[in-house]
Amino acid sequence: MSDKIYKVISFLAALAVPVVCGGIIYALVTDAYGAFEYFGFFNFLTSSDWNYTEGHEQYGALPFIVGTLLTTLLALILCIPFSLPVALFVGEYFKGTRIANVLNTVIELLAGIPSIIYGLWGFYALRPLVMALNISPHGSGILTASLVLAIMIVPYAASLSAEFIKMVPNDLKEGAYSLGATRAEVIRRVIFPVAGSGIFSSYVLAIGRALGETMTVTMLIGNTNNIPTSLTATGNSMASIIANQFGEADGLRLSSLIAIGLILFLITALINMVGKIMIKRASIV
Amino acid sequence: MIKIFKSATMILFTLALMSCGGKEAVNNRVPQELSGAGATFPLPYYNVVFEEFAQQYGDAVAYGGIGSGGGVRNLRDKVVDFAGSDAYLSDKEQAEMAPVIHVPTCMGAVVLAYNLEGVDSLNLSGELIADIFSGKITKWNDERLSALNPDVTLPSESIIPVYRSDGSGTTFVFTDYLTKVSADWASSFGVGKSVNFPVGQAAKGNPGVASVISQTKNSIGYVGSEYAFAQGISYAKIRNQCGEMIEPTAASISAAASGEIPADLRTSITNSDAPGAYPISTFTWIIIYKEQDYSGRSMNLAMATVEMLQFILSDEIQQITSEVDYAPLPTKVKELSLRNLSTVTYNGEVLLH
Repeated sequence: MSDKIYKVISFLAALAVPVVCGGIIYALVTDAYGAFEYFGFFNFLTSSDWNYTEGHEQYGALPFIVGTLLTTLLALILCIPFSLPVALFVGEYFKGTRIANVLNTVIELLAGIPSIIYGLWGFYALRPLVMALNISPHGSGILTASLVLAIMIVPYAASLSAEFIKMVPNDLKEGAYSLGATRAEVIRRVIFPVAGSGIFSSYVLAIGRALGETMTVTMLIGNTNNIPTSLTATGNSMASIIANQFGEADGLRLSSLIAIGLILFLITALINMVGKIMIKRASIV
Repeated sequence: MIKIFKSATMILFTLALMSCGGKEAVNNRVPQELSGAGATFPLPYYNVVFEEFAQQYGDAVAYGGIGSGGGVRNLRDKVVDFAGSDAYLSDKEQAEMAPVIHVPTCMGAVVLAYNLEGVDSLNLSGELIADIFSGKITKWNDERLSALNPDVTLPSESIIPVYRSDGSGTTFVFTDYLTKVSADWASSFGVGKSVNFPVGQAAKGNPGVASVISQTKNSIGYVGSEYAFAQGISYAKIRNQCGEMIEPTAASISAAASGEIPADLRTSITNSDAPGAYPISTFTWIIIYKEQDYSGRSMNLAMATVEMLQFILSDEIQQITSEVDYAPLPTKVKELSLRNLSTVTYNGEVLLH
């Protein structure tokens, strides 16, 4: 009897997840429909106008798609030189040692810090530094946001890559050593080719995190509705425009914001899917 | 365990008794629970007012600061007893719903906060503000700025304008003023809760804008007076229509409403021609339906609604305004509001006599 109850409960709990996910998609699509119908799906994606003036309302997602992709890409590039050495340190050089364990804990701690804390740190510590170094007079912008994003995604990329690096079979490494390879050669010729797709997938998942990051970006990107023309220029990401304008939006603007939410959802889902597929291929090796 | 439970119930029970007893209410109605939603600008003021109202009348008021637009939407859907709004309803909006009345509850202003090293007094005019925010004046030592500030050495640095990234009544009042004083601003950007500012950077909320300004040298931005006063932020004097350089204070903000005011109180008082008036001043309103019998509301609830507004217009409450960093309504505005309030009906019968 209790077995049966348990079965029913777990079935219902399992059912809840796809139902919620489906509900989100349904709500996004129905509410975004107004904007897509009015502007046209393709036009909405490629238009860079974001005009509130009554009677001339014109909403396009391009500046925010560009803002999101630019900050994410830059964050990814900035994060590699920090996360890859950490992964090698934990997964290869000091594998299983105490110092690696300590480092692992610190990485996990970083991953657990709420994004608003990163945002505050970025605003009160990094932004003044950017201004003091004369990188940009107004401090906020794509570069500042990306720098903090990069730090935020380091733990995700590093801890997952370290797992894949640890998984490289010892036989392969020992074989290379016995042929006289140095440690650097083993890393380059054995570990990277074997764990490569796993490392790649860990970065893909880190990107997924950076794409949707809202608070930190809103505090640092400058929140202007234009396509950024340089790295120090201000802009807006898809998540930050929604956070900024959802409160007072109605009608067409509300629908456009939800449409941006839907696009963000699709991009994130796509990237996560790519990551999952790569992980699957990695674990076959 | 049972003991703890028992004592907890006892405490709860005593608390419940105490809250029922309380102070003897000044009226002999059953205490009501009013609900309202809308503007965040007057929220700190309303918190004080509603607490005072609950103590004296026994009616609880729940007010959600969801933004003016949301408040008006809730009133239109008839799910609240009143809406708070920083903008009065347009003729078009009014036509879409049953007749309403606007009751101003207090006054506030938008101040220009700046961050300039070694400068502790700055004079501005409407045209200059419009030109700064539309990117026509880009340097602090621009001739026209220097001409207005002969006693101050302004740096030869670029001006960094800061504006609101979220839709806001503050932006509405600010752009309403710029639209009145600059034809260029009116044709290029216009007025609204969100406007496409061509230069500078944006931040969320008054705290966001204020902290960007305090962190960024050579920046200037607009902030709600209630926030600027409370935080002690330095702000500019602005030249009004009479040519006086006016610092925003409770008195100069109230002075902005001393001119002609229409009977329905739907008016913008920016760029006021009254002497001594701070030019970027505004009312904030509570909007209610003229006919209070809707959505199955009781007579008592309707009575509580108008009594609350009457209470807000009383001298006792208006004196509080400047203590909480707002400005009081001038006598004439209070009289007009009370007259409008006396036309509010429940099922056709006038509520206040």
